Amino acid sequence: MNPTRPKPFAPRDHSIQPPALTPAYRSTALRAPLQPLLRVENGWGETTGPVFGHLPMGDLDDDLILNYATPGQSAIGPRIVVHGRLLDQDSRPVSGALIEVWQANAGGRYRHKNDGYLAPLDPNFGGCGRVLTGADGTYAFRTIQPGPYPWPNGGNDWRPAHIHFSVFGEGFAQRLITQMYFEGDPHVALCPIVNAIPDTAATDRLVARLDMDRTLPMDIRAYRFDIVLRGRQATVFENRMEGI
Amino acid sequence: MSGLHESASQTAGPYVHIGCMPNLAALGAMYGGTDLGTEMITGEAQGQRIAVGGRVLDGKGAPLTDALLEIWQADHAGLFNSPSETRGAADPAFTGWGRQAADGQTGRFRFDTIKPGRVPWPDGRLQAPHIGLWIVARGINLGLHTRIYFGDEAEANAEDPVLRQIGDPARAATLIATADRDRYSIDVYLQGENETVFLDV
Ligand SMILES: [Fe+2]
Repeated sequence: MNPTRPKPFAPRDHSIQPPALTPAYRSTALRAPLQPLLRVENGWGETTGPVFGHLPMGDLDDDLILNYATPGQSAIGPRIVVHGRLLDQDSRPVSGALIEVWQANAGGRYRHKNDGYLAPLDPNFGGCGRVLTGADGTYAFRTIQPGPYPWPNGGNDWRPAHIHFSVFGEGFAQRLITQMYFEGDPHVALCPIVNAIPDTAATDRLVARLDMDRTLPMDIRAYRFDIVLRGRQATVFENRMEGI
Repeated sequence: MSGLHESASQTAGPYVHIGCMPNLAALGAMYGGTDLGTEMITGEAQGQRIAVGGRVLDGKGAPLTDALLEIWQADHAGLFNSPSETRGAADPAFTGWGRQAADGQTGRFRFDTIKPGRVPWPDGRLQAPHIGLWIVARGINLGLHTRIYFGDEAEANAEDPVLRQIGDPARAATLIATADRDRYSIDVYLQGENETVFLDV
């Protein structure tokens, strides 16, 4: 018996990923490992992972406009639908994948005990949502456009408007957390967290585009944001001998 | 051939709890009132019940109070509860996946789980029992992968392919939790003399 091991993931391309230490983003100074990462092969523990395709979803899990609101009311702010596809690097749709999102309200304030920004909380906005991707990797959720907010980084630093994304794939090695930005926001180019990414094309792929095709007249604007997880290695070196 | 680029990672930031542990973040009863990943044992799971706890420490030795940790591990028999597990059916009463936040005051985390069985490495050698660990937080640009091994598995640890790949016993020791019967503890050092070995998986 020789069970088929899932194909290993292709090694991560670090040229488009932020390095651990990016001094302009001050919090990395004491939290960045200074030793290089140790590249290890993918075994069962890396190629398998938790999968949530059968997780029961609440009716409003994917609707941040309503999921914290008093019935009959709704969150304040520009109404948007964020949608796109979850693919792997081989352009395969990743289906049944859990995407979790969180964000500040329209004034740039998080519903979190550690956020003391003077912008007010919105009693009808929690800032948390989740969605499963469909068979074709597509996802969509409704929310309000978050506001930019100031943050302590030693200067006059403001985060661009953004939505945090947590994404599961098929294997634990694909686990990804990122942030989505909005087309046309001048804060994107100024942000030390964004600029931790060493590749401008990679940064640009985190910027959602206004999508008039999915925009509903007199109702809600749409933004499109595609997400890509790591792909599989082309060739499996199942019986490779060490040292040869 | 990989035609697309992986999306770039960005820090989870200090408010990760809102999205990943909304009940802990006191957002009201989101998602049925239970945060995903807080209960790994969902029935009469087989194997030894253990607790794995510790802290994540920065370069000055201060515990991170805003970190989010996820673990992924085999069941007692060495099988993963995942559709891509093709060697057999894992224990249905054990998810294998856990998610916990570091305590907002002390920085302590704790997982109540099952001691994992041994899993073969691609070359056929057996790995020592271990838990995959992934850490995100403010100031961490790309989620950090590492492993937790068990201090009472000296023989298995000595022949583990990844611990052997690390080589230097002092470095390998950064992945080994100290054992006190069914309680294991490990401190993860992001920097410094005892910097934990992080993996590019
Ligand atoms: Fe944020």
